[in-house]
Amino acid sequence: MVIKYKYQMQTEAPWSDANQKMLALDTGGWRTERPVLDKSLCNYCGLCSLYCPPQCMRDKGDHYEADLAWCKGCGICVHECPRKALSMKPEGEFTNAR
Amino acid sequence: MLAKKGKVSVMMGNAVAATVARLCRPEVVSLYPITPQSEVAETMSGFVADGSLDAEIVEVEGENSAMNVCRAASLAGARTFTATSSYGLVYMYDTVLETAGFRAPVVMVNVNRETPGIHAVSSGQQDMISTRDAGWVQIIVENNQEIADQLIMCYRLAEDYDIQLPVMLNYDGYYLSYLNEEVEIPEQSDVDAFLAPLKDQPRRPRIIPGKSTGCGTHGMEMGYVEARYKHWLALDRVKQKVDEIDKKFGEYFGRNYGGQIEEYRMKDAEIAILASGSAAGTAKTVVDTKREQGLKVGLIKLRLYRPFPEERLIAALKGKKAVGVIDRSISFGWKAGPMAVELKALCNQIGNIPVLSYIDGLANLDITIPHIGRVVDEVNAAAKGKPYQEVTWIPLE
Repeated sequence: MVIKYKYQMQTEAPWSDANQKMLALDTGGWRTERPVLDKSLCNYCGLCSLYCPPQCMRDKGDHYEADLAWCKGCGICVHECPRKALSMKPEGEFTNAR
Repeated sequence: MLAKKGKVSVMMGNAVAATVARLCRPEVVSLYPITPQSEVAETMSGFVADGSLDAEIVEVEGENSAMNVCRAASLAGARTFTATSSYGLVYMYDTVLETAGFRAPVVMVNVNRETPGIHAVSSGQQDMISTRDAGWVQIIVENNQEIADQLIMCYRLAEDYDIQLPVMLNYDGYYLSYLNEEVEIPEQSDVDAFLAPLKDQPRRPRIIPGKSTGCGTHGMEMGYVEARYKHWLALDRVKQKVDEIDKKFGEYFGRNYGGQIEEYRMKDAEIAILASGSAAGTAKTVVDTKREQGLKVGLIKLRLYRPFPEERLIAALKGKKAVGVIDRSISFGWKAGPMAVELKALCNQIGNIPVLSYIDGLANLDITIPHIGRVVDEVNAAAKGKPYQEVTWIPLE
Protein backbone atom coordinates (compact mmCIF):
# COMPACT_ATOMS: atom_id res chain seq x y z
CA MET A 1 0.00 0.00 0.00
CA VAL A 2 1.39 3.40 -0.95
CA ILE A 3 0.54 6.06 1.61
CA LYS A 4 0.50 9.53 0.09
CA TYR A 5 -1.02 11.09 3.18
CA LYS A 6 1.12 13.31 5.41
CA TYR A 7 0.52 12.93 9.16
CA GLN A 8 -1.07 15.88 10.96
CA MET A 9 -0.11 14.71 14.44
CA GLN A 10 3.56 14.58 15.28
CA THR A 11 3.14 11.95 17.97
CA GLU A 12 2.38 8.24 17.88
CA ALA A 13 -0.67 8.69 20.14
CA PRO A 14 -3.32 11.21 19.04
CA TRP A 15 -1.82 14.16 20.92
CA SER A 16 -2.27 17.69 19.74
CA ASP A 17 -2.19 21.19 21.05
CA ALA A 18 -5.04 23.58 20.54
CA ASN A 19 -3.44 25.21 17.52
CA GLN A 20 -5.25 25.96 14.31
CA LYS A 21 -3.76 23.18 12.24
CA MET A 22 -5.95 20.58 13.88
CA LEU A 23 -9.13 22.32 12.77
CA ALA A 24 -10.18 19.68 10.30
CA LEU A 25 -13.92 19.95 10.00
CA ASP A 26 -15.86 22.95 8.74
CA THR A 27 -17.84 23.34 11.95
CA GLY A 28 -19.02 26.78 10.85
CA GLY A 29 -21.74 25.00 8.88
CA TRP A 30 -23.36 23.84 12.11
CA ARG A 31 -24.22 27.36 13.22
CA THR A 32 -27.76 28.74 13.52
CA GLU A 33 -26.67 31.83 15.51
CA ARG A 34 -23.43 33.80 15.60
CA PRO A 35 -21.73 35.92 18.27
CA VAL A 36 -21.83 39.65 17.51
CA LEU A 37 -19.63 42.12 19.39
CA ASP A 38 -20.54 45.56 20.70
CA LYS A 39 -17.04 47.07 20.61
CA SER A 40 -18.01 49.93 22.92
CA LEU A 41 -18.46 47.41 25.78
CA CYS A 42 -15.43 45.20 25.08
CA ASN A 43 -12.33 45.70 27.23
CA TYR A 44 -10.25 43.07 25.38
CA CYS A 45 -10.06 40.75 28.42
CA GLY A 46 -9.87 37.62 26.22
CA LEU A 47 -12.20 35.39 28.24
CA CYS A 48 -14.28 34.66 25.12
CA SER A 49 -11.14 33.35 23.44
CA LEU A 50 -10.12 31.25 26.46
CA TYR A 51 -13.47 29.48 26.69
CA CYS A 52 -14.14 29.02 22.96
CA PRO A 53 -14.36 25.21 22.41
CA PRO A 54 -13.01 25.11 18.84
CA GLN A 55 -10.53 27.93 19.67
CA CYS A 56 -11.73 30.06 16.79
CA MET A 57 -11.55 33.53 18.40
CA ARG A 58 -9.09 35.68 16.47
CA ASP A 59 -7.06 38.36 18.23
CA LYS A 60 -7.72 41.67 16.46
CA GLY A 61 -5.44 43.81 18.66
CA ASP A 62 -8.16 45.55 20.66
CA HIS A 63 -10.90 42.91 20.56
CA TYR A 64 -11.57 39.27 19.58
CA GLU A 65 -13.63 38.12 16.65
CA ALA A 66 -15.03 34.67 15.91
CA ASP A 67 -13.69 33.03 12.77
CA LEU A 68 -16.99 32.04 11.20
CA ALA A 69 -15.41 29.16 9.27
CA TRP A 70 -15.11 27.31 12.59
CA CYS A 71 -17.54 29.01 14.99
CA LYS A 72 -20.24 26.44 15.83
CA GLY A 73 -22.54 29.08 17.32
CA CYS A 74 -22.49 27.45 20.75
CA GLY A 75 -22.77 30.81 22.56
CA ILE A 76 -20.25 30.03 25.29
CA CYS A 77 -18.33 33.26 24.54
CA VAL A 78 -21.56 35.21 25.06
CA HIS A 79 -22.22 33.39 28.31
CA GLU A 80 -18.69 34.03 29.61
CA CYS A 81 -18.33 37.70 28.57
CA PRO A 82 -18.34 39.63 31.90
CA ARG A 83 -19.30 42.92 30.20
CA LYS A 84 -22.08 41.46 28.06
CA ALA A 85 -20.36 42.82 24.99
CA LEU A 86 -21.24 39.72 22.97
CA SER A 87 -24.71 38.58 21.95
CA MET A 88 -26.05 35.82 19.73
CA LYS A 89 -27.89 36.81 16.57
CA PRO A 90 -29.79 34.38 14.31
CA GLU A 91 -27.99 33.51 11.09
CA GLY A 92 -31.09 34.48 9.19
CA GLU A 93 -30.29 38.15 9.85
CA PHE A 94 -27.03 37.79 7.91
CA THR A 95 -28.20 35.87 4.87
CA ASN A 96 -28.79 37.77 1.67
CA ALA A 97 -32.02 35.97 0.84
CA ARG A 98 -33.80 39.21 0.06
CA MET B 1 20.49 -16.20 33.47
CA LEU B 2 21.01 -12.97 35.35
CA ALA B 3 18.26 -13.05 37.96
CA LYS B 4 18.68 -14.29 41.50
CA LYS B 5 16.55 -17.25 42.52
CA GLY B 6 13.25 -15.79 43.66
CA LYS B 7 11.16 -16.91 46.61
CA VAL B 8 9.25 -20.09 45.81
CA SER B 9 5.95 -20.66 47.54
CA VAL B 10 2.48 -22.00 46.93
CA MET B 11 0.27 -19.12 45.88
CA MET B 12 -3.21 -18.50 44.60
CA GLY B 13 -3.47 -16.99 41.09
CA ASN B 14 -5.02 -13.74 42.30
CA ALA B 15 -2.33 -13.32 44.98
CA VAL B 16 0.33 -13.83 42.32
CA ALA B 17 -1.19 -11.12 40.13
CA ALA B 18 -1.28 -8.60 42.98
CA THR B 19 2.17 -9.51 44.30
CA VAL B 20 3.82 -9.14 40.93
CA ALA B 21 1.85 -6.01 40.03
CA ARG B 22 3.36 -4.49 43.18
CA LEU B 23 6.87 -5.45 42.04
CA CYS B 24 6.27 -3.55 38.80
CA ARG B 25 5.83 -0.40 40.92
CA PRO B 26 2.60 1.10 39.56
CA GLU B 27 2.19 4.72 40.64
CA VAL B 28 -1.59 4.85 40.35
CA VAL B 29 -3.84 1.89 41.12
CA SER B 30 -7.58 1.96 40.73
CA LEU B 31 -9.76 -1.10 40.78
CA TYR B 32 -13.11 -2.34 41.92
CA PRO B 33 -13.63 -5.82 43.39
CA ILE B 34 -15.57 -8.39 41.40
CA THR B 35 -15.69 -12.18 41.61
CA PRO B 36 -13.35 -13.90 40.71
CA GLN B 37 -10.89 -10.98 40.80
CA SER B 38 -11.67 -9.61 44.30
CA GLU B 39 -8.45 -10.81 45.97
CA VAL B 40 -6.45 -8.75 43.49
CA ALA B 41 -8.32 -5.61 44.56
CA GLU B 42 -8.10 -6.49 48.25
CA THR B 43 -4.42 -7.39 48.14
CA MET B 44 -3.43 -4.27 46.19
CA SER B 45 -5.32 -2.09 48.67
CA GLY B 46 -3.54 -3.93 51.48
CA PHE B 47 -0.13 -3.23 49.93
CA VAL B 48 -0.85 0.49 49.78
CA ALA B 49 -2.31 0.49 53.31
CA ASP B 50 0.70 -1.27 54.87
CA GLY B 51 3.14 0.90 52.97
CA SER B 52 4.73 -1.86 50.91
CA LEU B 53 3.55 -0.18 47.71
CA ASP B 54 4.16 3.50 47.19
CA ALA B 55 1.18 4.21 44.96
CA GLU B 56 -1.82 6.45 44.80
CA ILE B 57 -4.84 4.18 45.16
CA VAL B 58 -8.08 5.71 43.91
CA GLU B 59 -11.14 4.10 45.43
CA VAL B 60 -13.93 4.25 42.88
CA GLU B 61 -17.61 3.42 42.81
CA GLY B 62 -17.30 1.13 39.80
CA GLU B 63 -15.12 -0.19 37.00
CA ASN B 64 -15.97 2.58 34.56
CA SER B 65 -14.34 5.10 36.88
CA ALA B 66 -11.45 2.74 37.57
CA MET B 67 -10.48 2.65 33.92
CA ASN B 68 -11.04 6.40 33.53
CA VAL B 69 -8.69 7.01 36.46
CA CYS B 70 -6.06 4.70 35.00
CA ARG B 71 -6.25 6.24 31.54
CA ALA B 72 -6.01 9.79 32.89
CA ALA B 73 -3.11 8.88 35.19
CA SER B 74 -1.37 7.10 32.35
CA LEU B 75 -1.71 10.17 30.11
CA ALA B 76 -0.19 12.22 32.93
CA GLY B 77 2.82 9.92 32.71
CA ALA B 78 2.15 7.46 35.54
CA ARG B 79 2.51 3.70 35.48
CA THR B 80 -0.92 2.27 36.28
CA PHE B 81 -2.52 -1.01 37.24
CA THR B 82 -6.09 -2.21 37.32
CA ALA B 83 -7.89 -5.55 37.35
CA THR B 84 -11.38 -6.65 36.50
CA SER B 85 -13.59 -9.43 35.18
CA SER B 86 -16.80 -10.05 33.27
CA TYR B 87 -19.46 -7.51 34.29
CA GLY B 88 -16.69 -5.16 35.38
CA LEU B 89 -15.05 -5.27 31.97
CA VAL B 90 -18.38 -4.69 30.29
CA TYR B 91 -19.19 -1.82 32.64
CA MET B 92 -15.98 -0.06 31.60
CA TYR B 93 -16.45 -0.82 27.91
CA ASP B 94 -16.57 2.77 26.59
CA THR B 95 -13.47 3.72 28.49
CA VAL B 96 -11.69 0.48 27.53
CA LEU B 97 -12.11 1.68 23.94
CA GLU B 98 -10.92 5.18 24.79
CA THR B 99 -7.86 3.93 26.66
CA ALA B 100 -6.80 2.09 23.52
CA GLY B 101 -7.68 4.98 21.21
CA PHE B 102 -5.70 7.41 23.37
CA ARG B 103 -2.84 4.89 23.32
CA ALA B 104 -2.53 4.94 27.12
CA PRO B 105 -0.27 2.04 28.21
CA VAL B 106 -2.51 0.81 31.02
CA VAL B 107 -1.89 -2.74 32.20
CA MET B 108 -5.04 -4.59 33.26
CA VAL B 109 -5.53 -8.06 34.61
CA ASN B 110 -8.77 -9.57 33.38
CA VAL B 111 -9.79 -12.69 35.26
CA ASN B 112 -11.87 -14.50 32.64
CA ARG B 113 -15.51 -15.05 33.45
CA GLU B 114 -18.70 -15.45 31.46
CA THR B 115 -20.36 -12.18 30.52
CA PRO B 116 -23.85 -10.76 31.00
CA GLY B 117 -26.49 -12.29 28.81
CA ILE B 118 -27.35 -15.07 31.13
CA HIS B 119 -26.18 -14.34 34.63
CA ALA B 120 -23.17 -16.60 34.94
CA VAL B 121 -20.80 -16.51 37.90
CA SER B 122 -18.46 -18.97 36.26
CA SER B 123 -15.37 -19.30 34.10
CA GLY B 124 -15.23 -18.69 30.35
CA GLN B 125 -13.40 -16.39 27.96
CA GLN B 126 -16.47 -14.56 26.69
CA ASP B 127 -15.56 -11.33 28.52
CA MET B 128 -12.22 -11.08 26.76
CA ILE B 129 -13.75 -11.98 23.40
CA SER B 130 -16.31 -9.20 23.81
CA THR B 131 -13.50 -6.61 23.80
CA ARG B 132 -11.60 -8.28 20.99
CA ASP B 133 -11.74 -5.32 18.62
CA ALA B 134 -11.15 -2.67 21.29
CA GLY B 135 -7.56 -2.19 20.14
CA TRP B 136 -5.93 -3.61 23.26
CA VAL B 137 -3.18 -6.17 23.29
CA GLN B 138 -4.72 -9.36 24.69
CA ILE B 139 -2.60 -12.06 26.27
CA ILE B 140 -3.83 -15.35 27.75
CA VAL B 141 -1.81 -17.36 30.25
CA GLU B 142 -1.86 -20.98 31.31
CA ASN B 143 -0.71 -21.19 34.93
CA ASN B 144 0.19 -19.13 37.98
CA GLN B 145 3.89 -18.88 37.16
CA GLU B 146 2.94 -17.49 33.79
CA ILE B 147 0.71 -14.89 35.46
CA ALA B 148 3.77 -13.67 37.35
CA ASP B 149 6.17 -13.66 34.43
CA GLN B 150 3.76 -12.38 31.85
CA LEU B 151 2.63 -9.47 34.00
CA ILE B 152 6.21 -8.18 34.13
CA MET B 153 6.48 -8.59 30.36
CA CYS B 154 3.15 -6.75 29.94
CA TYR B 155 4.62 -3.56 31.40
CA ARG B 156 7.69 -3.85 29.24
CA LEU B 157 5.43 -4.23 26.20
CA ALA B 158 2.74 -1.64 26.96
CA GLU B 159 5.14 1.19 27.77
CA ASP B 160 7.57 0.48 24.95
CA TYR B 161 7.93 3.68 22.92
CA ASP B 162 7.22 1.81 19.68
CA ILE B 163 4.05 0.28 21.08
CA GLN B 164 2.24 2.63 23.54
CA LEU B 165 -0.80 0.41 23.89
CA PRO B 166 -2.84 -0.92 26.80
CA VAL B 167 -2.36 -4.60 27.57
CA MET B 168 -4.95 -6.98 28.98
CA LEU B 169 -3.58 -10.03 30.76
CA ASN B 170 -6.17 -12.80 30.86
CA TYR B 171 -6.27 -15.85 33.07
CA ASP B 172 -9.09 -18.28 33.74
CA GLY B 173 -11.32 -17.23 36.60
CA TYR B 174 -12.18 -19.92 39.18
CA TYR B 175 -9.45 -22.12 37.71
CA LEU B 176 -6.29 -20.03 38.04
CA SER B 177 -7.78 -17.26 40.17
CA TYR B 178 -8.40 -19.69 43.05
CA LEU B 179 -5.80 -22.31 42.19
CA ASN B 180 -2.85 -22.70 44.55
CA GLU B 181 0.31 -23.57 42.71
CA GLU B 182 4.05 -23.44 43.19
CA VAL B 183 5.27 -20.07 41.97
CA GLU B 184 8.66 -18.38 41.96
CA ILE B 185 8.25 -14.68 42.63
CA PRO B 186 11.19 -12.69 41.23
CA GLU B 187 13.21 -10.37 43.43
CA GLN B 188 12.30 -6.67 43.38
CA SER B 189 15.77 -5.71 42.12
CA ASP B 190 15.43 -8.09 39.17
CA VAL B 191 11.99 -6.79 38.18
CA ASP B 192 13.40 -3.26 38.41
CA ALA B 193 16.33 -4.25 36.21
CA PHE B 194 14.12 -5.93 33.64
CA LEU B 195 11.88 -2.87 33.34
CA ALA B 196 14.78 -0.40 33.46
CA PRO B 197 15.33 -0.23 29.66
CA LEU B 198 11.98 1.61 29.42
CA LYS B 199 13.66 4.55 31.15
CA ASP B 200 16.24 4.82 28.35
CA GLN B 201 13.55 5.28 25.72
CA PRO B 202 12.22 8.68 24.64
CA ARG B 203 9.55 9.90 27.00
CA ARG B 204 6.03 9.61 25.60
CA PRO B 205 3.92 12.81 25.58
CA ARG B 206 1.98 13.55 28.73
CA ILE B 207 -0.43 16.08 30.14
CA ILE B 208 1.50 19.01 31.60
CA PRO B 209 -0.40 21.55 33.71
CA GLY B 210 -0.45 24.92 31.96
CA LYS B 211 0.31 23.55 28.51
CA SER B 212 -2.50 23.46 25.99
CA THR B 213 -2.00 19.85 25.01
CA GLY B 214 -4.72 17.27 24.78
CA CYS B 215 -5.13 13.69 23.69
CA GLY B 216 -7.78 11.88 21.75
CA THR B 217 -9.94 14.87 20.92
CA HIS B 218 -9.22 15.28 17.22
CA GLY B 219 -11.35 12.47 15.93
CA MET B 220 -12.81 14.21 12.92
CA GLU B 221 -12.25 12.99 9.39
CA MET B 222 -8.53 12.61 8.66
CA GLY B 223 -7.56 13.04 12.30
CA TYR B 224 -9.56 9.89 13.02
CA VAL B 225 -8.19 7.99 10.05
CA GLU B 226 -4.62 8.90 10.93
CA ALA B 227 -4.94 7.90 14.60
CA ARG B 228 -6.60 4.61 13.66
CA TYR B 229 -3.97 3.82 11.07
CA LYS B 230 -1.13 4.44 13.54
CA HIS B 231 -2.95 2.31 16.13
CA TRP B 232 -3.42 -0.48 13.59
CA LEU B 233 0.26 -0.43 12.67
CA ALA B 234 1.29 -0.42 16.34
CA LEU B 235 -0.72 -3.57 16.97
CA ASP B 236 1.08 -5.22 14.09
CA ARG B 237 4.43 -4.28 15.66
CA VAL B 238 3.32 -5.91 18.92
CA LYS B 239 3.74 -9.39 17.45
CA GLN B 240 7.49 -9.15 16.92
CA LYS B 241 7.91 -7.20 20.16
CA VAL B 242 6.22 -9.97 22.15
CA ASP B 243 8.71 -12.49 20.76
CA GLU B 244 11.64 -10.16 21.54
CA ILE B 245 10.53 -9.47 25.10
CA ASP B 246 9.93 -13.18 25.70
CA LYS B 247 13.47 -13.91 24.52
CA LYS B 248 14.91 -11.20 26.78
CA PHE B 249 12.84 -12.45 29.69
CA GLY B 250 14.22 -15.95 29.13
CA GLU B 251 17.78 -14.65 29.08
CA TYR B 252 17.20 -12.74 32.29
CA PHE B 253 14.93 -15.02 34.34
CA GLY B 254 15.53 -18.41 32.72
CA ARG B 255 11.90 -18.98 31.77
CA ASN B 256 10.59 -18.81 28.18
CA TYR B 257 7.08 -19.04 26.87
CA GLY B 258 7.54 -19.04 23.11
CA GLY B 259 6.36 -15.48 22.59
CA GLN B 260 3.12 -15.10 20.64
CA ILE B 261 2.37 -18.83 20.66
CA GLU B 262 3.85 -21.85 22.35
CA GLU B 263 4.48 -24.80 20.09
CA TYR B 264 4.32 -28.01 22.10
CA ARG B 265 5.62 -31.12 20.29
CA MET B 266 4.69 -29.49 16.99
CA LYS B 267 7.89 -30.08 15.03
CA ASP B 268 7.09 -33.55 13.65
CA ALA B 269 3.36 -33.37 14.35
CA GLU B 270 0.93 -34.33 11.61
CA ILE B 271 -2.15 -32.96 13.35
CA ALA B 272 -2.56 -30.14 15.85
CA ILE B 273 -4.76 -28.83 18.61
CA LEU B 274 -5.13 -25.12 19.24
CA ALA B 275 -6.07 -24.15 22.79
CA SER B 276 -5.46 -21.34 25.25
CA GLY B 277 -5.47 -20.61 28.97
CA SER B 278 -5.48 -23.31 31.61
CA ALA B 279 -6.98 -25.80 29.14
CA ALA B 280 -3.65 -25.72 27.28
CA GLY B 281 -2.05 -27.38 30.32
CA THR B 282 -4.55 -30.24 30.17
CA ALA B 283 -4.04 -30.47 26.42
CA LYS B 284 -0.29 -30.99 26.91
CA THR B 285 -1.04 -34.04 29.07
CA VAL B 286 -3.33 -35.40 26.35
CA VAL B 287 -0.70 -34.76 23.65
CA ASP B 288 1.87 -36.71 25.72
CA THR B 289 -0.51 -39.67 26.15
CA LYS B 290 -1.47 -39.73 22.49
CA ARG B 291 2.19 -39.52 21.49
CA GLU B 292 2.88 -42.61 23.62
CA GLN B 293 0.18 -44.32 21.60
CA GLY B 294 2.01 -43.39 18.43
CA LEU B 295 -0.15 -40.50 17.27
CA LYS B 296 1.85 -37.56 15.88
CA VAL B 297 -0.09 -34.76 17.52
CA GLY B 298 1.09 -31.38 18.77
CA LEU B 299 -0.39 -28.43 20.62
CA ILE B 300 -0.36 -24.75 19.80
CA LYS B 301 -1.02 -22.68 22.87
CA LEU B 302 -2.36 -19.32 21.78
CA ARG B 303 -0.84 -16.76 24.13
CA LEU B 304 -1.33 -13.61 22.06
CA TYR B 305 -4.93 -13.26 20.97
CA ARG B 306 -4.80 -9.60 19.90
CA PRO B 307 -3.01 -8.95 17.67
CA PHE B 308 -3.71 -12.39 16.19
CA PRO B 309 -0.37 -14.14 15.58
CA GLU B 310 -0.99 -14.80 11.89
CA GLU B 311 2.58 -15.33 10.73
CA ARG B 312 3.56 -17.62 13.61
CA LEU B 313 0.41 -19.72 13.21
CA ILE B 314 0.90 -20.08 9.47
CA ALA B 315 4.50 -21.18 10.01
CA ALA B 316 3.52 -23.62 12.76
CA LEU B 317 0.60 -25.20 10.90
CA LYS B 318 1.99 -25.32 7.37
CA GLY B 319 2.06 -28.93 6.22
CA LYS B 320 -0.16 -30.23 9.02
CA LYS B 321 -3.07 -32.38 7.95
CA ALA B 322 -5.84 -31.15 10.28
CA VAL B 323 -6.33 -28.94 13.31
CA GLY B 324 -8.86 -28.89 16.14
CA VAL B 325 -9.59 -25.60 17.90
CA ILE B 326 -10.98 -25.53 21.43
CA ASP B 327 -12.83 -22.31 22.20
CA ARG B 328 -14.01 -21.38 25.68
CA SER B 329 -16.36 -18.80 24.19
CA ILE B 330 -18.83 -18.29 21.40
CA SER B 331 -18.82 -16.14 18.29
CA PHE B 332 -22.47 -15.34 17.90
CA GLY B 333 -23.40 -15.29 14.25
CA TRP B 334 -20.53 -17.50 13.12
CA LYS B 335 -20.72 -21.24 12.78
CA ALA B 336 -17.53 -21.82 14.76
CA GLY B 337 -15.78 -20.61 17.92
CA PRO B 338 -13.98 -17.23 17.76
CA MET B 339 -10.46 -18.65 17.55
CA ALA B 340 -11.55 -21.28 15.02
CA VAL B 341 -13.05 -18.57 12.81
CA GLU B 342 -9.82 -16.61 12.85
CA LEU B 343 -7.70 -19.65 12.16
CA LYS B 344 -9.92 -20.48 9.19
CA ALA B 345 -9.13 -17.03 7.81
CA LEU B 346 -5.50 -18.19 7.48
CA CYS B 347 -6.34 -21.36 5.56
CA ASN B 348 -5.38 -20.05 2.14
CA GLN B 349 -1.84 -19.67 3.50
CA ILE B 350 -1.78 -22.79 5.68
CA GLY B 351 -3.47 -25.00 3.11
CA ASN B 352 -7.03 -26.14 2.82
CA ILE B 353 -6.95 -28.49 5.80
CA PRO B 354 -9.91 -29.49 8.00
CA VAL B 355 -10.42 -27.04 10.87
CA LEU B 356 -12.63 -28.61 13.52
CA SER B 357 -14.22 -26.19 15.94
CA TYR B 358 -15.03 -27.25 19.50
CA ILE B 359 -16.96 -25.24 22.07
CA ASP B 360 -16.16 -26.45 25.57
CA GLY B 361 -15.55 -25.24 29.10
CA LEU B 362 -18.39 -22.71 29.17
CA ALA B 363 -19.76 -21.71 32.56
CA ASN B 364 -17.15 -23.55 34.67
CA LEU B 365 -17.63 -26.87 32.88
CA ASP B 366 -14.24 -28.55 32.83
CA ILE B 367 -12.32 -29.07 29.62
CA THR B 368 -11.32 -32.58 30.64
CA ILE B 369 -8.67 -35.02 29.47
CA PRO B 370 -11.34 -37.26 27.82
CA HIS B 371 -12.80 -34.20 26.07
CA ILE B 372 -9.45 -33.25 24.55
CA GLY B 373 -8.68 -36.91 23.83
CA ARG B 374 -11.85 -37.08 21.79
CA VAL B 375 -10.87 -33.91 19.93
CA VAL B 376 -7.52 -35.46 19.01
CA ASP B 377 -9.18 -38.65 17.76
CA GLU B 378 -11.67 -36.75 15.61
CA VAL B 379 -9.00 -34.46 14.18
CA ASN B 380 -6.94 -37.53 13.38
CA ALA B 381 -9.87 -39.12 11.55
CA ALA B 382 -10.50 -35.89 9.63
CA ALA B 383 -6.80 -35.82 8.63
CA LYS B 384 -7.29 -39.27 7.09
CA GLY B 385 -10.11 -37.97 4.94
CA LYS B 386 -13.05 -39.15 7.05
CA PRO B 387 -16.10 -36.84 7.19
CA TYR B 388 -16.20 -34.58 10.22
CA GLN B 389 -18.52 -32.22 12.01
CA GLU B 390 -17.58 -28.56 11.58
CA VAL B 391 -18.65 -27.41 15.05
CA THR B 392 -19.16 -29.48 18.17
CA TRP B 393 -20.55 -28.25 21.45
CA ILE B 394 -18.83 -30.86 23.60
CA PRO B 395 -20.99 -30.48 26.74
CA LEU B 396 -24.15 -31.11 24.70
CA GLU B 397 -23.07 -34.50 23.38
